[in-house]
Amino acid sequence: MPEDNMPDENGRKGPIRRFLDAPPDSVGKTVFVAVALCLVASMVVSAAAVALRPVQEANRLVDKRVNILQVAGVYDETVPVNEAFAAFEPHVLELDSGTYADQFDIETFDDLAAADDPAIVRALDEDPAGLGGQMDAFRMIYLLRDEAGALDKVILPIEGYGLWSTLYGFIALEENGNDIYGLQFYQHGETPGLGAEVDNPRWKALWNGKKLFAEDGDLAITVAKAPPPEGAEHFVDALAGATLTSVGVDNLVRFWMGEAGYGTFLERLKAGEVG
Amino acid sequence: MAQTYRSQLVDPLVDNNPITLQVLGICSALAVTSSMQVAFVMSLAVIAVTGFSSLFISMLRNQIPNSIRIIVQMVIIASLVILVDQVLKAYAYEISKTLSVFVGLIITNCIVMGRAEAFAMKNPPVASFIDGVGNGLGYGLLLMVVSFFRELFGSGSLFGVTILETVNNGGWYVPNGLLLLPPSAFFVIGLLIWAVRTWKPGQVEEREYRIQAVEAH
Repeated sequence: MPEDNMPDENGRKGPIRRFLDAPPDSVGKTVFVAVALCLVASMVVSAAAVALRPVQEANRLVDKRVNILQVAGVYDETVPVNEAFAAFEPHVLELDSGTYADQFDIETFDDLAAADDPAIVRALDEDPAGLGGQMDAFRMIYLLRDEAGALDKVILPIEGYGLWSTLYGFIALEENGNDIYGLQFYQHGETPGLGAEVDNPRWKALWNGKKLFAEDGDLAITVAKAPPPEGAEHFVDALAGATLTSVGVDNLVRFWMGEAGYGTFLERLKAGEVG
Repeated sequence: MAQTYRSQLVDPLVDNNPITLQVLGICSALAVTSSMQVAFVMSLAVIAVTGFSSLFISMLRNQIPNSIRIIVQMVIIASLVILVDQVLKAYAYEISKTLSVFVGLIITNCIVMGRAEAFAMKNPPVASFIDGVGNGLGYGLLLMVVSFFRELFGSGSLFGVTILETVNNGGWYVPNGLLLLPPSAFFVIGLLIWAVRTWKPGQVEEREYRIQAVEAH
């Protein structure tokens, strides 16, 4: 409110001037200053929030898309993100049936916003990934096709609790529903230098080529300090100095790849039913 | 006020640094100094907030009722901090993700409140603005020095550019993990305060008490 404070150059004592000259500690003035300041401050803040929201939303979307591109191994800094992202085919997946749900509009469906809607959230009896006892019944997944139009990769969103924070990320699977192409988290708050090494390209590269399921069809992938009996192709070396983050990643990957997560969909993928 | 604008700007850098001399704003200095890029953006944010909050508070200083002056200052500071946060989210999204809550916590930074209450309430707007920017610069300078050590020896890089190739990436340097954790900033700041006070002994505080020699019975 700088204009309220301008001295009256003519020296006339108008009503505003008289008010400004009044002692600041009078009750009327105290109330006036408090109300006026709150009004001005709230207007400035809300104007900024409204004016900048489109830019912020676009940033968030681009950030997510960059991560999808990276996890699928097709990220190229020289190509505009939204252009490169057009190659992906988004679908809303119903987790229970493993089939696409057509009742949602792809453009407006947002996993994280949907999480607040009781109609499409289901409670979890067991919650190894630390999702707060409930999960979405529908998730947005992305398909990538090769040049001939055949299914090449499937990108699935995953999340779960690590040591300090929920890790949000994507896992990219080959079209056989068993081979992992890549795994990447786009948002987390793990310890820098220790748990935050989930972002280290060398650690992320360990996931490439691992297999989710053992010969007998059981889920075998694990993040651990030593290979499991099923063999090294199901084993990702845990992060040194970040035991709890590693356990969290192990839990969340096994949860989402299991029956409560994408299990049904992966069965269909393995059977070649997903086109 | 005998201070010139120049001395107002330069004094808080070393002679009257808000962190090393007044030991204010330590909390955020611990949190955001693990990488130089983040510390740099945080410094800019704090400079903007201290400068403009001092400016606006000084403009209003004759109208602010004494009984609610702290709340009035807080409202002005908080509004500016929200503005800065929104701008960062819009134009520096990656860094705002790393800074997360710490931009919001500028509100509680003692340096901002301290300058508002100690200087801006008693001085004209331009002088207050420069005083705010100067103190923001002093805070920023210390942040940059601390993050220089923490990032170089903790991650082997400066501004994200690799200087010492770490073992994790196939190099030779074994990074000092402690330097990536907030407590290490305590050590670095403590050593800096020691260094500054050795260089300028005038900053050493007088003892508030003296241990009395007790005569043996």
